Amino acid sequence: MNIYLLLKAVADSEATIRPTTDGKAVNLDGITWVLNPFDEFAVEEALKMRDAAGSGEVVAVSYGGEEVPKVLRNALAMGVDRGIHVKGAATFDALATARALANAVKGQSFDLILCGKSAIDLDNHGVGVMVAELLDLPSVSVVVKIEQKAGKLLCEREVEGGLVVVETPMPCVVCAQKGLNEPRYASLKGIMAAKKKPIDEVEGNAGESQVEVIEIQPKPQRQAGQILGQGVDAIPALIQKLREEAKVL
Amino acid sequence: MAYQALDYYLLDDLLTDEERLIRDTVREFVTDNLMPVIETCNSEGRFPKELVKPAAELGLLGAPYPEKYGCANLGPIAYGLINQELERGDSGLRSFVSVQTSLVMYPIFAFGTEAQKDYWLPLLGSGEKIGCFGLTEPDFGSNPGGMLTRAEDKGSYYLLNGSKAWITNGTISDVAIVWAKLDGVIRGFIVETDRKGFSAPEIKNKFSLRASVTSDLVLEDVEVPKENIFPDVRGLKGPLSCLTQARYGIAWGATGAAMAVFDECLQYSKSRIQFDKPIASFQLVQNKLAWMATEITKSQFLVYRLGQLKAAGKLRPQHVSMAKRNNVGTALDIARVGRDILGANGISNEYQTFRHMANLESVNTYEGTFDIHTLIIGEDLTGIAAYA
Repeated sequence: MNIYLLLKAVADSEATIRPTTDGKAVNLDGITWVLNPFDEFAVEEALKMRDAAGSGEVVAVSYGGEEVPKVLRNALAMGVDRGIHVKGAATFDALATARALANAVKGQSFDLILCGKSAIDLDNHGVGVMVAELLDLPSVSVVVKIEQKAGKLLCEREVEGGLVVVETPMPCVVCAQKGLNEPRYASLKGIMAAKKKPIDEVEGNAGESQVEVIEIQPKPQRQAGQILGQGVDAIPALIQKLREEAKVL
Repeated sequence: MAYQALDYYLLDDLLTDEERLIRDTVREFVTDNLMPVIETCNSEGRFPKELVKPAAELGLLGAPYPEKYGCANLGPIAYGLINQELERGDSGLRSFVSVQTSLVMYPIFAFGTEAQKDYWLPLLGSGEKIGCFGLTEPDFGSNPGGMLTRAEDKGSYYLLNGSKAWITNGTISDVAIVWAKLDGVIRGFIVETDRKGFSAPEIKNKFSLRASVTSDLVLEDVEVPKENIFPDVRGLKGPLSCLTQARYGIAWGATGAAMAVFDECLQYSKSRIQFDKPIASFQLVQNKLAWMATEITKSQFLVYRLGQLKAAGKLRPQHVSMAKRNNVGTALDIARVGRDILGANGISNEYQTFRHMANLESVNTYEGTFDIHTLIIGEDLTGIAAYA
């Protein structure tokens, strides 16, 4: 079974995100890049499916700049066979990213494309399903369980208040949600072996970005708390505040 | 709050991608697996043995040794970083890994026959077998050359008699590396712990390293097959070369403990309000924090350079003594000062600084006390030995 992974390098969730001075981009100085946590579920699932099949390869593909090889190495250390760095400037436009990835994957031989349901930086939820459209493949998103059945995939996807079970032919695109599996640690041997695995570079063909960033604002500072009193006597004042100021009641 | 490692001088920039990834992986392993259980283990006096298998699967046991034994073949700096991250969690788990790697697998790797290496290294690296190292005796600590444990050549086997003390992992070990005098010369033996006459009672009621197993070893007429001796190494340089390996890891490890303490104290001092402001705004607290950060930064560079020397084959045991002495002694001082910053809360096991402080009392003593390392450096500088 050949599986292609679409991965994204994102800023570590502990990082403080600041706008650049012109307010049009994120200041990337000192950012620690990590593999998008939702993509980790995709990596784990791909490795499990390859190993269960007993043959085939898992290829990790990522679009972006200098941040990409480091994160691809991480996937290689977990057990992915090889990487493809699709070079280009990371963009806010999910469709441009999807075009670059789809162009890089087009014509390759694969049974399945796996990716995270979204990236934790921009939260677009767009790239996976857009790649599927561009490649004219079926797709299932927000998937928490994948089962192979007679050459097809049974996927459980989360919806509000329940699960939908979807059957899809292969090849297809599946976007992973938390709960699909428990991603493994890269073993130390895996990390050392990753040095010897190839990362091919290809020029990205993302096309024109259709998204223009008007402004990026830092998160507003949290307001200081208020102490309304102590014990039972303070409850009426609290309820009034929750109703009139916070408007949550 | 999530752990934030101090890197004041951007030492990260000097690490390779692999070294950073290894460091981050072990950090995550410790956060996910050790931190949730360590305070309970420490108060119950229990070693988290359930972590041995996961640690082995990650590749933490015998990490510096070659792939053909199933190991990761890491360089010295990567190995050092493993120790730093483990001891950020607790000195006990780091001690377990140090003993298995540097005191059990190292002598087999360095002094063992091909058969001994092929048999033992994969079993120890995979955590299927646990080992310990018997050098120290009840009456011979800083002066191991005076050991009383004896081996006698009985023709078809060796007969071992004696006792060892303060042996990490002893009670849970499947195999012990025992140093004993054969015709007056110190030799090393691989002793399976299920041999008749071997026992390893645990030393209970410790104030320190409570999440680690410490034992006596008792050898009463233990018959050891001829093929279990290290054939070529004789004298104290055998066990001492193992200690050099272990002390290398300890110097890195203690730095990790100091980093854990600093992180806790910095976060605490910024959130603890007294006289209507965070205690971090008081000069006396800032003085402590600035001193801690400076000492940690110095320790980090000492072990980083030590790793470079080891990789370049220029490392001398005296270099390791300087780092072990400085980094453990400093980490202990930092933990004591850190406990002070935490005030009364620092007495409770809601905070980890006291646990590190208590652990570091052992670490400062074992594998060559602070004072013995002072004398090793003194002898190296002056050419005059001042031990006795």
